[in-house]
Amino acid sequence: MSAVSAVRGFARRTSALARAEVLHVVRDKASLVQIIVMPLIQLLVLSNVATFAVKRSPAYFVDFDHSATSRGIVTRFAASDLFDIVGQSASPGAANEAMLRGDATIVVTIPHDFERALTTDKSAPIGLDVNAEKGSAAGIVQSYAAQILTNYSAELGRDIVPTRRNVADGAASEIQPPPQPGAGHIDVRLRSWYNQTLDYKHYMVPGILVALVTMIGTLLTAQNIAREKEMGTLEQLNVTPIGKAEFITAKLLPFWVLGMIDLMLGLVVARLVFGVPMRGSLVLLFASAGLYLVVALAIGLWISTLVETQQQAMFLSFFVIMIYLLMSGLLTPIDSMPHWVQVASLVNPVRHFVSISRAILVKGAGFAEIANPLATLGIFAVGFLTLAIRQYRKRAV
Amino acid sequence: MTSPAASSAIRTNGLTRTFGAFTAVDHVTFDVRPGEVFGFLGANGAGKTTAIRMLTGLLTPSSGEAWVAGHDVYRESEQIKRDIGYMSQRFSLYDDLTVGENIRLYGGIYDLSRAQIRDRTERILSRLGLSHTAHDAVGALPLGWKQKLALSVALLHEPRIVFLDEPTSGVDPITRRQFWELIYEAAHAGTTVLVTTHYMDEAEYCDRISIMVSGRIEALGSPAELKRDAGASSIDEVFVRLVRPELAGGGGPAK
Amino acid sequence: MSALFGLLRKETYHILRDRRTLFVLIFMPIVQVILFGFSIRTDVRDVRMVIVDPTPDATTLEIRDRFAAGGIFRILGVSPTASPLDHLFRTDTAQVALIFEPRFGEHFAAGDPAQLLVITDATEPNTGASRQLYVNAVIQQYESERGRRAGTVQIIPQVRSRFNPTRESTNLFVPGLMAMVLNIIAALMTALSLTREKETGTMEALLVSPLRPWQIIVGKVTPYLGIGFISVLAVLGVAKLVFQVPMEGSLALLLAEGTLFILVALSLGILISARTSSQRVALLAAMMGTMLPTQMLSGFIFPLESMPRPLQWISIVVPARWFVFIARGIMLKGVGLVYLWRETLVLAAMTLLLLVASARSFKVRLQ
Repeated sequence: MSAVSAVRGFARRTSALARAEVLHVVRDKASLVQIIVMPLIQLLVLSNVATFAVKRSPAYFVDFDHSATSRGIVTRFAASDLFDIVGQSASPGAANEAMLRGDATIVVTIPHDFERALTTDKSAPIGLDVNAEKGSAAGIVQSYAAQILTNYSAELGRDIVPTRRNVADGAASEIQPPPQPGAGHIDVRLRSWYNQTLDYKHYMVPGILVALVTMIGTLLTAQNIAREKEMGTLEQLNVTPIGKAEFITAKLLPFWVLGMIDLMLGLVVARLVFGVPMRGSLVLLFASAGLYLVVALAIGLWISTLVETQQQAMFLSFFVIMIYLLMSGLLTPIDSMPHWVQVASLVNPVRHFVSISRAILVKGAGFAEIANPLATLGIFAVGFLTLAIRQYRKRAV
Repeated sequence: MTSPAASSAIRTNGLTRTFGAFTAVDHVTFDVRPGEVFGFLGANGAGKTTAIRMLTGLLTPSSGEAWVAGHDVYRESEQIKRDIGYMSQRFSLYDDLTVGENIRLYGGIYDLSRAQIRDRTERILSRLGLSHTAHDAVGALPLGWKQKLALSVALLHEPRIVFLDEPTSGVDPITRRQFWELIYEAAHAGTTVLVTTHYMDEAEYCDRISIMVSGRIEALGSPAELKRDAGASSIDEVFVRLVRPELAGGGGPAK
Repeated sequence: MSALFGLLRKETYHILRDRRTLFVLIFMPIVQVILFGFSIRTDVRDVRMVIVDPTPDATTLEIRDRFAAGGIFRILGVSPTASPLDHLFRTDTAQVALIFEPRFGEHFAAGDPAQLLVITDATEPNTGASRQLYVNAVIQQYESERGRRAGTVQIIPQVRSRFNPTRESTNLFVPGLMAMVLNIIAALMTALSLTREKETGTMEALLVSPLRPWQIIVGKVTPYLGIGFISVLAVLGVAKLVFQVPMEGSLALLLAEGTLFILVALSLGILISARTSSQRVALLAAMMGTMLPTQMLSGFIFPLESMPRPLQWISIVVPARWFVFIARGIMLKGVGLVYLWRETLVLAAMTLLLLVASARSFKVRLQ
């Protein structure tokens, strides 16, 4: 058989089956809901919900000092849009209640003699009780509070030094050395690259898109093939001369296309509804996505060879996908994870595609900058596909 | 053909399949001549389906030999698939595709050209009187029409051998008769037919039959031979004698 | 009654025989707890920093040393120009860049403002903000020692973390994970199990048997109650063992509330199965009605206060939201029913509503 007719045969058989696959999907209402409706809802809701930003934390003040300085602190907090004053009193009990009820995230306790300590000793303690129920948000809240206090102390320093000169108490209190000649100050300019507005959507939405595309690629493929197994239609195909490669291509191709379509729709929503930036080349993104989808599909195929029913396919897929998603840097940065998790994530294809997506969309990266993760995805594609093809058998042993 | 099984469409020799401690097919030896209508009888669970799965390349035998259309089932299972057709009791045609789409699918898989597919679709549908259903979903058709259609699709690529696994289950007697007419037509055209059934009356329609009991072939021959040897008046009786000798009136299993 | 036991037994065998599903049901929660615990972190450490120093001198060198010594930053290298920055940031090699202006040291020594540009990768906003704060802290420390600001006023915060002293994120996920697990087991599996009977037609056989409808449902659903309970204990056990998640309040109360939540999920599963006739659709409905809302709107990962108002209102009808609140209260704050009676009532009301709705649906079917 000549090479040309072999290729033509491959194409004919594959396209015959692929066409039937597309018809199956299109005519199955439940599938359509899974492919279009659910991802859309997830995208819309999750993008609005997925944020770890801390704004307007409720703050309760317990002021024992009642001085101008202590009132100054309250004013500074009130003026910041990071905090909301929910109560102020001289009762620590009430503050505690507020915390227990969940009404206050932070309780600032200003002790007696606060102002005096600042004036005389140049330093004074202040109590910050942070409700760490929400975990890491506590750290951010604490940082914000500390920042307000630091800025305030800087202000006070400028005011108090002149005042100190007027206090002629004669006592050998701490004599501050005069400012050293020539000691300037550092003018710090802060720049937040890629996300000026500190909008969590810029960070989350690309990741969410990856998750959704993964669902389509892996979950649907596994479910689809498992259903054929369950219903016996797979056997009917195994009895035909259709080859393994042809069968697999015909089965995976429709879902590959669907995954790409979903990605496109998702990007449109991301841009128009959520204003996610698209600074890099979309062509590059789609090319990477195409490669990534092959990996996701191969994993789905592999899962389908391990199960007998649709239900098992669904559960196992969820299990595998969940593990991948959690270790991919989707929700929280990989840099924050323990070292061993970071190393393990290198064999996680989702991690690489997430970082590629963010690099292209948010950072405007080009091919050179994503070459590494892209190459890794390429290796995975070849590897997983080979594994899945080897695993799939037309004849049972 | 140079293979030793050239004169048989199907030939097995001691074909065996075990699942753990359970022997589903136990050293089965038989052969089917080209153009024959061969009935593969046996009770449920006797091993018929397992045997067919081995012959159609769906399952690897545990031991023994078999050749289908001259190909060795161990080493040439994919070649076998080009020369055979198959219709299973669980499924043949996709319910959510139309009649035309189903035919186009199998036509494409079996490397038929578009012209061939068109011609044969027309031929099949007019033969069955189903030309008006070309655009109907298969799932909407009554069972009898579906079965006849499935048989025709199994024969679409004009295979040398066609395997039919309980093709008439659940179908009314008239449709069954029509079904067997189709089988005869195929056989007349030279197609070898191996059909399993547990309707004993259908056994009479076959050229030769074999009866499987607990994985072994306990009877093999033409219906007339088997009835004579067992001193029975119907294949049903032959079957009962073999499977439940204690129920038959006198005489043990015929051998 | 023995008929009911017969059904219970059959159902339990059926579950036990499906090894693969059982494997996932048992292992998934455990793996989830472990993964969530280790991967959902926001620690800031080993921050990769690049320094651009066109005119190195004693001052800049000293500042550079301060950053290197802090233990938080890792200096990747020093460059005379800012040109490598784009590439470094885009490949995620560098996370922070310090850019000294030319003749930084001179300006500083002369008493003039010396400009230092601090660039942080703010793709992840909180991490970006944290890194900025750390950089600021080092600079301010330096200034207070060397600069004009020597001897200024210091307000020293004394920080106490309430309810979660280790600030482990695990502590706040565990309640949510329990809810997820229970949703799968109680709602999803129940719905699937009941619709499977419908699909295969055996439901009709059950209905004409001496078993009353409520007995059929109880018989089919009780094994999942048992499995759900075991899963919750497994999740709590792993959380305690591996992450030392606290249990400040009463374990008994937590299990009781857990059982209440299981009932809500079971009722939802029953309602879904009453309204659908195929497993595929039941699966989808259970997913969309329980799993997704729990993941997104229960507040178990993403804080409720940060959601847009409309979504916060929707979360009111998500049972998991209430359970997460209750469980956190019990586990982290050690509060009892005195504080939680409102939320408990909500869950109880939901159970009642769902049971009535499903009873109504079943009656309709039977007519």
